[in-house]
Amino acid sequence: MRRIIMRTIVTNMADTNLYALILALAAAVVTGLVGGFALMKRMTLAGDAMSHIALPGLGLAILFNVQPVIGAAVALALGAVLIWEIEDRTDLATETTIGVIFSASLALGALVTPSEDIIEALFGGASPVSLATLAVYLLLAAAIVLFVWKERSKLVLSLFNSDLATVTGVNVNRLNIYYLLAFAATLVLGLRFLGALLVGALIIIPAAISHQFTHTLGKFLAFSAAASVLSVATGFWIASTFKLDTGPTIVSVAAGLFFLSLLKKKQ
Amino acid sequence: MKSILSVKELSVSLGDQTIIKNISFDLDQGESLAIVGPNGSGKTVFLKTLLGLLPYQGTIKWNENARIGYVPQKIDADRHLPINLQNLLEAKADIQRLSRKNIATTLEAVELPKDTLQTPIGHLSGGQFQKALIAFALLGDPNVILFDEPTASLDELSEEHIYDLLNNLRKTRGISIVLVSHDLSVIPHVADTVLCLNKYAVCYGPPKEVLTQATFDKMYSPSHKFVQHAPDHHAHDRH
Repeated sequence: MRRIIMRTIVTNMADTNLYALILALAAAVVTGLVGGFALMKRMTLAGDAMSHIALPGLGLAILFNVQPVIGAAVALALGAVLIWEIEDRTDLATETTIGVIFSASLALGALVTPSEDIIEALFGGASPVSLATLAVYLLLAAAIVLFVWKERSKLVLSLFNSDLATVTGVNVNRLNIYYLLAFAATLVLGLRFLGALLVGALIIIPAAISHQFTHTLGKFLAFSAAASVLSVATGFWIASTFKLDTGPTIVSVAAGLFFLSLLKKKQ
Repeated sequence: MKSILSVKELSVSLGDQTIIKNISFDLDQGESLAIVGPNGSGKTVFLKTLLGLLPYQGTIKWNENARIGYVPQKIDADRHLPINLQNLLEAKADIQRLSRKNIATTLEAVELPKDTLQTPIGHLSGGQFQKALIAFALLGDPNVILFDEPTASLDELSEEHIYDLLNNLRKTRGISIVLVSHDLSVIPHVADTVLCLNKYAVCYGPPKEVLTQATFDKMYSPSHKFVQHAPDHHAHDRH
C-alpha cells in the first residue's frame, strides 16, 4: 500500500521535481522536531512571526540576482541574533521582541521585494530543485536534526527550569542562541515550498497534533515529525493531482489533521 | 569538622537596591543550616547567589570536593509539558554523564515507586513533585543540597514526610543541607544552625538558642531592613 502511494506521488510529481519532494520531506522532519521544542518553550507563535524576518532578505536577493535562499538565510540569522541580543539586554519578552522585528521586516520586505515575486516569497512555490541544492538542504537538515538530538537533554532542562539547568551545567544563554539559529535554519528549509507566511504553520501544527497524543518526550517528538511528514506528503500529492498551489495545500492538510486530532480525548 | 562552604562579607544588589549585606558564615560537612526570614528578606536571592546564579560582592568559597544539588522553590515551566519523570531525570544523567542506573536508586532514596518514572510531570501530586525534585538533586551523589522552601504549598502530612526524608538523607549519606523555610516551627527538627535574614544576618546559631522573641521582633520589624547594623550582627560571630 505504502509503495502504491509513493509511486502515485512520484508519478504525479514527474512534471515538477522529485528532488523538491525529497527536500520537502526532509524539511518536514526538521520542522516537526524543532516545532516540538518550540511548543514546549511556548514560542510557536513567535516562531511563526519570525519566519517573516526572511522577507527583506528574499526581496534584496531577488533585486540583486542572488539565490533568494541565501538572502533569506542571512536575514533570519541576523534576526535570530538581534532577538537574542535584545532579550539579553532588556526585560522584553521574546514575543514582544519578535513582534517588533517581525512588523519591521514585513514592511521592509514589502518595500524591497519586486511586486511580481512577492506572492511566491509569501506563499512559496513549486520551482524545480537541482541535485546540488538538494544536497545542501539535506546537509542543513541533518545538521539541525543532529543539534536537536545532541542537545535535547539541555533543551528539556532549560525549558523546565532555567536555574536548575544552569546549576546542572547548562549554559542557558548560549543554548538559547543556538536554538534560535536552528529555528532560523529550519525556516530556511521550509521557505522554498511554503513561503514566509506559511512556513511557521509547519512548525506549529504538527507539534500541536502530537501534543494531543502523548506525554513522553521521545514519542512527542516522533509523532510531531510524523505528522509533519504526513502533511507534506499528502499536501504534495493533492497539489500535484489537482494542480493546486503546494504551500497552501500542505498547510490546509496539516490544519485538517489538527482538527481531526481534536477528536482524540487527551488522557 | 571540615568546612564545605565558606561565605565572607557577602553582599548582593539587584539594580540599585541592596538585597543582602555583609553576611559571613561557614557550613561544615554534614551540617544543616536553615535560612529564615520574612517575605522579601532576600532568602531566595541568598540561595541563588550561593549557587552562582547572581552577581555578588564578597567571597563564596565552596570546598573543591563539593558536589552541589539544588531543589528550587518555584518551577516556572508548564507542568503540562509532554515530559515524564524519566525524561527529566535522564536529562540530568545525560548532561552530567552519569549512569542511568543511578535513577532507580535515587528514586528509592526518596521513596517514590518505580512506576512514577512513567508519570508525566504534570500528573504528579504536590508531594510527589517535590520528591521528584529531590530525586533530581540527589542524582550525581551530591554532598550538599540547597533547598528553597521544600514544603511550600504542601499539606501538613506531606510536609512532615519531606522533612523526615531530609533528616534521613543527612543521617544515611552525610549530606550538608542549606534550607530556606518560612516555617519556623520545623527548624529545630531539621537544622543544626539557623540564619535569620532580613537583609542583614539578624541571628545566627543553634535554633533553640537564637530563635527567641527578641529575634522575631527584630526580624519581622518593618523598620529593621533600613537600619544600619553593627558588625556584631554578622553570622560568623558563632565561630
